[in-house]
Amino acid sequence: MTRLGWIRFGIVGGAIVLLELMCRFGVIGRRVLIPPSDMAVQLWNLLRSGRINNDLSETLLNVAASIALAVAVGFAVGSVIHALPRVRRAIEPFLASYYALPFFAFYPVFIVLFGIGRMPIIVIGFLFGVVAMVIATFNGFDRIPRALVRTARAYRMGPVETALKIKLPYAAPFLFTGVKLAVAYSFIGVIAAEFILASSGLGYSIAYAFNNFDNRTMYALMLLVIVLVTVVNALLHVGEARLMRRRGL
Amino acid sequence: MRRLVDTLLVIAVLVAAWQVLHWVAGDALTSPAGTARRAWALMNGDTFWGHVRETGTAFGYSLGLAVIGGLAVGLTLGLNRTASSVAEPILVSVYSLPKVTLYPIILLVFGLGLSAKVAFGTIHGIVPVIIFSMNAVRKLPPIYLRAARSMRLSRLDMIRRVVVPAALPEIVSGLRIGFSLTLLGVLIGEMFASQRGLGFLIMNAIGQFDVDTMVAVILILAVVAVCANAALLALNRRLHQGAT
Repeated sequence: MTRLGWIRFGIVGGAIVLLELMCRFGVIGRRVLIPPSDMAVQLWNLLRSGRINNDLSETLLNVAASIALAVAVGFAVGSVIHALPRVRRAIEPFLASYYALPFFAFYPVFIVLFGIGRMPIIVIGFLFGVVAMVIATFNGFDRIPRALVRTARAYRMGPVETALKIKLPYAAPFLFTGVKLAVAYSFIGVIAAEFILASSGLGYSIAYAFNNFDNRTMYALMLLVIVLVTVVNALLHVGEARLMRRRGL
Repeated sequence: MRRLVDTLLVIAVLVAAWQVLHWVAGDALTSPAGTARRAWALMNGDTFWGHVRETGTAFGYSLGLAVIGGLAVGLTLGLNRTASSVAEPILVSVYSLPKVTLYPIILLVFGLGLSAKVAFGTIHGIVPVIIFSMNAVRKLPPIYLRAARSMRLSRLDMIRRVVVPAALPEIVSGLRIGFSLTLLGVLIGEMFASQRGLGFLIMNAIGQFDVDTMVAVILILAVVAVCANAALLALNRRLHQGAT
């Protein structure tokens, strides 16, 4: 590990130890927060008992479906709109304010449109992720040198072929940034939707534990979500850094 | 002029799509005209502005805390290369956490009420402000900082006279994202545990299958968010042009 990595490790580790000590010595009341080591033990027991397997696999499947949809649709929409600069300029202020809207509120509408079940949750996760992907596609396509586009034209490639054979490979590192964001936002959208509205899934289990004053389960599940999301993001971050470095960025 | 026409065209397309969706979904999604009528009725009603004031107060405090705190932390971290490289991945992973899962902790710490909402809005908004302002300072040409140092500016003067003006365009980009996320955070906070505010109004409408009110409140929020963002975007564009 590099020196920076060690410092980072030290800071995060130190924060956890500090939290542990503050909980153990009663600086933070037990009703507010249980010590991190207790959370870990509790999580281990939960995972071993298999009580949360259904919720966990449901949430992961929902997130995976939202990510796949968001990345595919985001790339397609982004490449079409990128070819139409006038449209792009006009919709940019709308895209920028997109994330201020609480999409969860449309949950009842999605239930009517898609039926009860996992589809409405997946749609909310998708809506959260897709715009990040569209913006990343713009960003990547903006950097394609004109010579490459001209080459494509010299070879008489159609717009779809150009997008897939020239633009996609060249913009790959930037698109990967979009995928990373889509993953993060899909997690946020799916878990938040489950938390506020659904009746199954990890987010729901946390809200359920909170409403039943079951703090130990609640903190174990929070730890699970935090560890899960952090590990996935860290892996994507490493992959992104590697792609960027290979491109000399 | 052409830009105005284009924007109006986008709005027309959005409204048309909404109308089509209304035909598909039936009563589950109020038509644009019906929503506008309901929004108008809401704004002329007695209770609506109380909810707006509640949300506005929480949002104002959160945004203030997120911007001031975010700039203070971000600019300080950005001036130190080691500190900022150490902090960046940590901040990015905090940014991508589903923070809604942490809401119960905030409720346990702050109790129900305004302070919990403010805290929740702030943790949503502060991270992007920190990340953007930190990266803005890191990308400054080193000569600016060297010049400031050779003129023996104090740290505060250096930030005020060199760093902030030079990094302003990026900082405004961060503020724009911070604005959106703070609003989202406050609304989510109100949706989950609150008896007042626009988020509560939406949640209450969902509970009573009052689709008209739900869509009308979202429309009002969307109009406010789009206008504020358009203003910040225009400011941003002007600053970026000034910088190059």
